[in-house]
Amino acid sequence: MELRQKAVLNGILLYVVSTVFVAYLIFSNLEELSTWVALLWIVVLFASTNASINSFRKEAGREFYYYYSLAKPQAIILSKMLFNAILQFIIAALTLLLFSLLLGNPVENMSLFYLILFLGSLGISTVLSLSSAIASKTNNNATLTAILSFPIMLPTLLTSIKASMLCGLGFSWEDCQVYIVTLGLLNIVIVILSYILFPYLWRS
Amino acid sequence: MRNWWKALTIILLLYTLIGGLLIPVPKQVILYESIRNLYFHVPMWFSMIFLFLMSVIYSVKGLSSNDLSFDTKAKELVNTGIIFGVLGTITGSMWAKFTWGAWWVNDVKLNGSAITMLIYLAYIVLRGSLDDEQKKARISGVYNIFAFVLLLVFIGILPRMTDSLHPGNGGNPGFNNYDLDNNMKLVFYPAVIAWILLGWWIASIRIRISNLTQKLEA
Repeated sequence: MELRQKAVLNGILLYVVSTVFVAYLIFSNLEELSTWVALLWIVVLFASTNASINSFRKEAGREFYYYYSLAKPQAIILSKMLFNAILQFIIAALTLLLFSLLLGNPVENMSLFYLILFLGSLGISTVLSLSSAIASKTNNNATLTAILSFPIMLPTLLTSIKASMLCGLGFSWEDCQVYIVTLGLLNIVIVILSYILFPYLWRS
Repeated sequence: MRNWWKALTIILLLYTLIGGLLIPVPKQVILYESIRNLYFHVPMWFSMIFLFLMSVIYSVKGLSSNDLSFDTKAKELVNTGIIFGVLGTITGSMWAKFTWGAWWVNDVKLNGSAITMLIYLAYIVLRGSLDDEQKKARISGVYNIFAFVLLLVFIGILPRMTDSLHPGNGGNPGFNNYDLDNNMKLVFYPAVIAWILLGWWIASIRIRISNLTQKLEA
């Protein structure tokens, strides 16, 4: 249902490209790993926030009643989370690609880095899905999504950054295991909570 | 004696203040007399978590029963919890200045407390931007539960994975190892109970005020 709005999707992709380009112009060559990792996650975070803010806006109006009569709330939140997650993977992949092209790629253990990027974006997108659902019920949608989701997203984000730092330095699976397992568990907790809580939002 | 616990609160608080300032404490390098802050700083966080926990319990009850009175309780418990959080931050900041040498350091527990504040301030902003009472109760209840669970992860699990300047983390000895001697325990445990009871007391007064204003407006 969101794919109908081509302009939004293109806008987000362009947002990623221009942000990375700005970063490239500012830093030109980035040698330090910690800055690289931090910058990557900041770009991913803001692009995904922009993407998810609109996630429930369409449903606020008349279409809401249509969906309400058509689908179960659990199905709606799951499909929203799935869509946001896929969008998030596209954003993350594009950001990583542009980073490697423009700023170089200092990460040593790449396969592990993909896994961390995958889990981290999954966590970010699921938190954003529920937050934007909450914010869509209010009047100041855009600001509220950010202030509601950023603090509760921090556990996921900090764990991801820590893990990407470690695997960027070339640590193996055994060393990052704790963080990756934590990320996975966090994702499970977020999805379960959203699944349980969303029907209460939907009914109002 | 319906209000026995209020009398208990006052007695314990007086005991904490007087005992906390007068009963001898072990002499530690760097800490010296500032160790007495233990009776004030640490119980603030316990009380805050207790109040937020009660708030979440009322939010769950409110969501499952659709009763607005639970929402008032959840809201006022959060408000009181924030007061304790601010006090905990101030006492901690002063303690940090005199032992670690700075008002604020980049420590996992300090960041955790800052994020806690951000989450619950967001909760208040969320409530402020909703007009309908039923809707407000339901939506803020959902956020309260969601945020609290993730907050527990943040302050419960992550600090154990990283180093912290706090006692008991990153190679620092915990207070209970050797320097929390029996004299200190005698003050510390009653202090914890006293501050938690005080928090509950403040919250219950706020709930009653809130109920009365609602009645007046209706």
